[in-house]
Amino acid sequence: MHCKDIVRLMHHYLDEEVTKEEEMQIRSHIATCQDCKRHFQELKRTIAFVQSLSHTKAPEGFTDRVMAALPKERRKVSFFDRIKRHPLLVAASLFVVLMAGSMMSFWTQGQERFEFSAPQAQNIKVDEDRHMVIVPAGRTVEGDIVVRNGSIQVDGDVKGNVVAIDGEVYTASTAHISGEVEEIHEALEWVWYNLKKVFNSLVSS
Amino acid sequence: MWSKLDITEQRIIQEAKNGNRDAFAELVDLYKDKVYHVSYRMVGNRQEAEDVAQETFLRVYANLDNYDPQYKFSTWIYRIASNLSIDLLRKRKKNLSIDAEISGAEGVDWHDRLADTGKGPEEEVLTDELQEEVQGAIMGLSPKYRAVMLLRYIEDLSLQEISEAVQLPISTIKTRIHRGREALRKKLRFM
Repeated sequence: MHCKDIVRLMHHYLDEEVTKEEEMQIRSHIATCQDCKRHFQELKRTIAFVQSLSHTKAPEGFTDRVMAALPKERRKVSFFDRIKRHPLLVAASLFVVLMAGSMMSFWTQGQERFEFSAPQAQNIKVDEDRHMVIVPAGRTVEGDIVVRNGSIQVDGDVKGNVVAIDGEVYTASTAHISGEVEEIHEALEWVWYNLKKVFNSLVSS
Repeated sequence: MWSKLDITEQRIIQEAKNGNRDAFAELVDLYKDKVYHVSYRMVGNRQEAEDVAQETFLRVYANLDNYDPQYKFSTWIYRIASNLSIDLLRKRKKNLSIDAEISGAEGVDWHDRLADTGKGPEEEVLTDELQEEVQGAIMGLSPKYRAVMLLRYIEDLSLQEISEAVQLPISTIKTRIHRGREALRKKLRFM
């Protein structure tokens, strides 16, 4: 075996990572090779030198000086540390905040006007003066009806949700509403309703 | 396996985390000599060693919440101390290269600085002269090799622990230790 390889083995030996055979290889080599023998001794002596450096102790009063230099209150986990730890939670709350924000502005925009949305407009009647949407008896609306700043009177069938924002939902005994009936009176409820809608569509999709 | 000492230590750490200053003072007492010693051998003089050691504990205090108990506390604290030492050495080198008159004095400097080394009489293993030679050889290593050699042979860390402390793979640690040993051997062979 070449001397260079033996030196490499010596380092493995010093890392305590040699097999019995490798240790034997080193020993048999240095029995005949003076250079390697000296190299090995020098390495071991070097380590002994470093290990026997005197252990200096921390100076007097060190702990007191550290304690005096500490901030008064231990810094609590910062807002950003929390963010780093819960990225999903942050994304979710950011989503809610932005959704709420955009819905609030949507809410204030349309606050005064009477308006509604419904499919199949031919199947409903609209009373502009009373701010009233009417689904007459015997008619069927397939889909959701949303009325804003007005009321809705259902005498016929609605295959969907009926929602009145800042208004009333009146139902006759002849009415059939397959979806949910909701009256929303405040902006927050409006936001909540929209979030529910988003959530439901996420779940059902 | 947790030893009894480790469990006591974990309890103290937990109390310090909860804001108990006395518990933190206990932690400082437990580790101050180790931290100071490794800092001292890294930077080569008492004043800067104390600065590094003190800053280490301030960092520990500020980051207790980030300490991961699956690692040994000592490994974490050595990481902070060796990083701060390396930072300081880098800054010092920059300052030296700016000031041409002092440049090249780095190697000579430690002789004077080490003159005030105070040793307990029970630890008088090497003569003062030999101590200086050995420390001089260590100071001749580049900081990243120096840190690994000190953690291995002064603090007696395993290769695995060093790998965790300096956050490098074990293979890199081995290479640095092999080269570090050879570099020191060349300097100390005629001692």
